[in-house]
Amino acid sequence: MMQHADLREHFHRLADSVHAALHAGEGFTLWLAAETSDFVRFNHGKVRQAGQVRQCYITLRLLRGQRHLSETVSLGCGADDAATVLRTLAQLRTLLDDVAEDPHLLLADAVHTTLHAAPSKLPDAGQMTADIVDAAAGCDLVGILASGPVCHGFANHHGQRNWHDTSSWNFDWSVYSHGDKAVKRGGAGFEWQPASLATAIAEARSQLALLGRPARSLAPGGYRAYFTPAALGEIVGMLNWGGFSEKQLRTKRSALLRLAEGEASLDARIALHEDTLHGLAPGFQPEGFIKPERVDLITDGRLSGSLISPRTAKEYGLKANSGSEAPESLVMAGGELPMAEALSALGTGLYVSNLWYLNYSDRAAARMTGMTRFACFWVENGEIVAPLNVMRFDDSLYRMLGSELEALTRETEFLADAGSYGARSSSSQRLPGALLRDFRLVL
Amino acid sequence: MWKAIEQSFRGLARQVDFCSLRLVEERSESLEVRLSVPQPLARRLDRGAMVTVVHGGGYGYAATANLSEAGLREAFDTACRWAQISAARSVFDFRTLSLPHPTGRYLGPAADGEADWNRKALYDLLMQESEACRIDERIVDWGVSLGRLDIEQRYLTSEGGDVEQRFRAIIPSLSATAFADGDSQTRSLGGQYNGYCRQGGMEILAQAGLAGAGRRVADEALQLLLAPNCPTGVMDALLMPSQMMLQIHESIGHPLELDRILGDERNYAGTSFVTPDMFGHYQYGSSLLNVSYDPSRSNEFAAYGWDDDGAVAQKAYIIRNGILERPLGGSLSQARAAEAGFALAGVANSRACSWNRAPIDRMANLNVEPGDQSLAQLIGGIERGVLMDTNVSWSIDDSRNKFQFGCEWGQLIENGELKGVVKNPGYRGISATFWRSLKAVGDAGTDDVMGTPFCGKGEPNQVVRVGHASPACVFGNIEVFGGEA
Repeated sequence: MMQHADLREHFHRLADSVHAALHAGEGFTLWLAAETSDFVRFNHGKVRQAGQVRQCYITLRLLRGQRHLSETVSLGCGADDAATVLRTLAQLRTLLDDVAEDPHLLLADAVHTTLHAAPSKLPDAGQMTADIVDAAAGCDLVGILASGPVCHGFANHHGQRNWHDTSSWNFDWSVYSHGDKAVKRGGAGFEWQPASLATAIAEARSQLALLGRPARSLAPGGYRAYFTPAALGEIVGMLNWGGFSEKQLRTKRSALLRLAEGEASLDARIALHEDTLHGLAPGFQPEGFIKPERVDLITDGRLSGSLISPRTAKEYGLKANSGSEAPESLVMAGGELPMAEALSALGTGLYVSNLWYLNYSDRAAARMTGMTRFACFWVENGEIVAPLNVMRFDDSLYRMLGSELEALTRETEFLADAGSYGARSSSSQRLPGALLRDFRLVL
Repeated sequence: MWKAIEQSFRGLARQVDFCSLRLVEERSESLEVRLSVPQPLARRLDRGAMVTVVHGGGYGYAATANLSEAGLREAFDTACRWAQISAARSVFDFRTLSLPHPTGRYLGPAADGEADWNRKALYDLLMQESEACRIDERIVDWGVSLGRLDIEQRYLTSEGGDVEQRFRAIIPSLSATAFADGDSQTRSLGGQYNGYCRQGGMEILAQAGLAGAGRRVADEALQLLLAPNCPTGVMDALLMPSQMMLQIHESIGHPLELDRILGDERNYAGTSFVTPDMFGHYQYGSSLLNVSYDPSRSNEFAAYGWDDDGAVAQKAYIIRNGILERPLGGSLSQARAAEAGFALAGVANSRACSWNRAPIDRMANLNVEPGDQSLAQLIGGIERGVLMDTNVSWSIDDSRNKFQFGCEWGQLIENGELKGVVKNPGYRGISATFWRSLKAVGDAGTDDVMGTPFCGKGEPNQVVRVGHASPACVFGNIEVFGGEA
């Protein structure tokens, strides 16, 4: 069976075979997304469901002039792949006349070949599982371990070849006290350190005593609140719903509509940028362009940029700087408040460890609703007093990160996305914590 | 190809307590026109298999797209290894689980035969509806799409189980956005997340009303732009099927998934306010509430013959006359609940999104059964309220209790009559009490078959298809509100 390390050569051979099979006037792009992932799901500190997924998808685009279409196909990474890819090519060729010329087609024609391949430093996933079960002994731990190599590749008829291959682990977990009261944690990396894991679980367990205190329910109203970086990540993550997309901005569907129109602004300390250089996602995208290392999005509280796909760039005469127009490596600048002083700065109010299930209650106004979740506390005079029963908020981005923003923490935290819809995510955020003067709870 | 795969599997499966092979082949294609420009045609062929091994008390799986004998052998060895690793550390002793070995064939509507898929004619239709959206310069975005899905599944087990299932689905969609004076309003055909998703053939286009929708939807987007915000207050809410689908999904479907009740989702999708001791007597809703798991409604998105653990799918009441009867739990969850002292009859809803994820409890077709009132009667019975149509926003707490939902379209109802359009209609409530405020249920004439291709859950994450058929329903004393003034 093909080892993951041989996949790059296999991909290049497939690209070469496509190139050799082109007819006059044709071109192609080939995108690969593959992983061999061990997934171990935990409940009550034990294994709930464990297994491995080995998947490899290629997306072959055939073009002739301005006509093009694509097909994504699963590959077995074996001897049949070449025939599968060539069969797909032949099929696409028969369909080219069914599609209209695309006025917004834009593909890279300058060749930028890149290679990033890091050898795996991961232990056997069975050992990692044993480490987790041992460290969680006696506690109600729930979570998911994902580990193994993830790779992306690109090739085109100009001879460009890009490859990005890393082996990582992501362990997203929580330890439960009772009911819905739990401490949520997560970590990711390229090397597995059982001692760090044990320390993290022990630290989380030490917080369970706080969750065991009588819980408090709050009346709807406005409260001072401190958001941890994880909680702020949920707010900022809502902007992934087309917020920074140039296309959505142009078609008035972005949640940042008022910011774009100059009718509203955020606090001048808010600075957000897409940081491809320090993120986990590959630096190349499916049309063959290399993403810039940095794209400023919000500067001094005002919209200073957007994410522009090649299609959008062609449509509006702009320069492409993105693939899907959704952030993959979002960074917010820190502020002045030392994180260790967050509770004392909060004084009396909410410590919001996590937020959950956000959605827009009025997208054009950037108004969001969602829930508190996990280890959120009521704080008095800088001291944790009681865990909070879950509360619903409904508030505007222009208040939370605008008029009601009191401070951002100096320190920022790197948050690797644990998502795995279809494939393991390569997205990340680096965010500070945020102190708000007034945060609206409604239920 | 199937024969060779089956032969390979039969050679492997003798060595363990239980083994299954779940083969899935999914073909899809999407045609789209946005701003009257055809978008790139995208096709997908996804084929692979999951080998599941239960042995020595453990459970393991391995998914692969390499369907050669060597590829399946490697997957089998990997699944065995995970069963061995998990056996000593498992939350459940799989030696007590008995999984079926079903045989049979299920064919969804229009699944067997050529699809009437003339791309040029379909692009012409999409372009026609796209052009029909361009009724005013304030219409700044519009899009029309048509998706097609063909799925073949084969389920083999170590004791001779052999089930073949085929499905076809057609998914039309259309939306238009109006913008003026800093406000943006989007209106759609069945929702912006493909609410008109059904199994069947091209007759679904007429069922969804795609032809002629462009002008209507664009006109309604303009009406919303000019409308006042939905008022704030406590009043009746008349929810149309395209919002009922979301209400059912979030505050009946998810809280009743048995694996959630058993705590599996607490790190991600959450838990439930429902506990195992409630089944059989808990008053979930008013006596008008009847909810069924109904795989027999064949044109609904999640109709099937067997679930992904081989259990045969049969209609069952989940809630009857308001009383909670049974959870949405498959074979494994039922066994786990029984071990914990709760003998609960579930349903065949152990499902995976595809070959590359393992099955877990997922709602399938979950429906509110029709009542006896026409739409005119439902409206006539409301003194003060809002009709809400087409879900646009959804949020609920991790126990599936405190929710807030929003719709695209609202209309005031005063003294039994429909009045003016209002925008940004929303409402919030608590599941545990909301369904008890159900005061009227529409008849079959108000019923519609909706669904979503995008129900997310599980670790690792997976998105599955679900169906929700419902009549229009009236709820009393609901906290209603609008958007930013």
